[in-house]
Amino acid sequence: MTTATVSRWDRFRESFFWYSFKRDKVAIASFIVLLLMVLAAVFAPMLAPADPYDLAQIDIMNSELPPAGLDGADPAFPLGTDAQGRDLLSTILYGTRVSLMIGFGAVLLQSILGVLFGLLAGYLGGKVDAVLMRIADVQLSFSTLMVAIIVGAVFKASFGNLMFGEIAIYMLIFIIGVAEWPQIARTVRASVLAEKKKEYVDAAKVMGFGTPRIMFRHILPNTLSPIFVIGTVQIANAIISEAALSFLGLGMPETQPSLGSLIKSGFDYIQSGSWWITLIPGLVLVVLVLVINLLGDWLRDVMNPRLYKG
Amino acid sequence: MTSPLVEIRDLEKQFDLSGSLLEQITFKDGRFQRKQEAVHAINGVNLQVHKGEALCVVGESGCGKSTVARTVMGLLSPTAGEIHYDGKRIDNLKGRDALPYRRKMQMIFQNPYASLNPRMTIQQTLEEPVRFHQPDLSQSEVRAKVQEVMQSVGIDPDWGARFGHEFSGGQRQRIAIARALAVDPEFIVADEPISALDVSIQAQVLNLMMEAQETRNLTYLFITHDLAVVEHFGTRVAVMYLGRVCELADTKTLFANPRHPYTQALLSAIPKLEDERPNYIRLQGEVPTPVNLPSGCVFHGRCPHANERCRTEVPRLIATDANVQVACHAVEEGRL
Repeated sequence: MTTATVSRWDRFRESFFWYSFKRDKVAIASFIVLLLMVLAAVFAPMLAPADPYDLAQIDIMNSELPPAGLDGADPAFPLGTDAQGRDLLSTILYGTRVSLMIGFGAVLLQSILGVLFGLLAGYLGGKVDAVLMRIADVQLSFSTLMVAIIVGAVFKASFGNLMFGEIAIYMLIFIIGVAEWPQIARTVRASVLAEKKKEYVDAAKVMGFGTPRIMFRHILPNTLSPIFVIGTVQIANAIISEAALSFLGLGMPETQPSLGSLIKSGFDYIQSGSWWITLIPGLVLVVLVLVINLLGDWLRDVMNPRLYKG
Repeated sequence: MTSPLVEIRDLEKQFDLSGSLLEQITFKDGRFQRKQEAVHAINGVNLQVHKGEALCVVGESGCGKSTVARTVMGLLSPTAGEIHYDGKRIDNLKGRDALPYRRKMQMIFQNPYASLNPRMTIQQTLEEPVRFHQPDLSQSEVRAKVQEVMQSVGIDPDWGARFGHEFSGGQRQRIAIARALAVDPEFIVADEPISALDVSIQAQVLNLMMEAQETRNLTYLFITHDLAVVEHFGTRVAVMYLGRVCELADTKTLFANPRHPYTQALLSAIPKLEDERPNYIRLQGEVPTPVNLPSGCVFHGRCPHANERCRTEVPRLIATDANVQVACHAVEEGRL
């Protein structure tokens, strides 16, 4: 590097991160697919031909129409309709939106809890570490689905179906976020244990900086790489967890379906020949989770400190 | 003599090895016993650092010299003893009370590859301490200060946007020195600041530190195991062995006339060009473990002059000449 001042963008373009991304076809393809799906989900209200939440647009006479190209298809519904006569394409767009919101929301919550507790446990050590890590152990010994089923059932019973429909998305984010924070906390703690022995932390202590400043401004930025890797995989996990819960009837209600509840609603009609109601959202879910996992794999390879130091 | 800037009194530091209560209990000879073990890193060190001098602490690996440095800086808390700065006790200060001393006392670390935060640019690394200790400075004043220290250590201020890993070891150590100087300290502890550097760079960094000492009236506590550096750099030298100071003298006297048997052995081990057959003193055995310290003088097991008194009684630092203090019974009794 010869120029004295280098902008952040130049730095990014010269980084190993960008270099390895450009060379990895799988990563590029996964990223493009994910980007398209996220964009489609974000702009669903503009892209979707119909609004599946608007009961006035739904006609029960249109129910179970097959996708375009099959006998009895209606050109107004390119992917067919579900059992209530909702346009499947629109419902999938809105459903992807719900699934992604839950995925990102749950991981955001996990990361906040995990980073906070992991930093505290790793940096302060001693009793704080022992207490927080035992809580994490207990938390991990319950399966996410089991906790979610219990909490979901209690919520559903106490709030009633109508109220539950309104808060379901927040409840799912909360359950999946709280159930999975130990994964991130443990990773952060391990990184912090390695970082806090380095001399730059001693230098910060000698400067008289307070503990919060050292934890968040000096150590945290150096532990972010593994959080990104785990966070990516956890988004996929959260989406799957949500789909599983919805499939069991404890997730998103049918009025605002996620991909999981769409699969479930179609499952009842699969025997009667309406396979598309389950299969198409299922494919979308598989592709979504697959590309996130492929990106996570690539990210893990790039950020492996043994391959790249930076 | 004026009062010392930094005074270390009867400093002791032990590192516990035995772990939690459950791990301490062992079953032996038919009953449960509680066993506690500790590494005795420093065992009663007394040192005074005077204003404007460079006190070098030398000794072999594991003798406690780095522990002394870290305890003085408050990175470790002493097991016993006191540390005074300018007449005030500082080892028991916490949080806000310690802040003024954080500004006056700074530290330069051994490994320049680990002492700069890899996620911060040089500008950020240098600005943060200035902002923290002088919050009333304006943005331009902070920048001017950073520019001044960068220039004084020979780093181009235009390089501020770069990260630590883009520099060589010598440049990084200059940046680490700049960070220490950024808060205008009076006293700097340097823990083997040049031992991780290439030999060709060592002299540059050493000269930079001496230059800074002159222009900024700094006082150094310089930890090293390089005797050539001591001869070049130190005003006075303290020789440590197994957590105790065995000889303290001004540099010229120590190198010309070492008194303590350990110092004599240490200095005779310096390779010299004119010697074809080096005539160095061979010490018997090895350094004893600091977990079970030998009784009496810690050096008695390897000392050719040891007698019964050395095995039982701990020697104290006693002034033999104007500028020499030796902790040795043989020297005190005139046997040596």
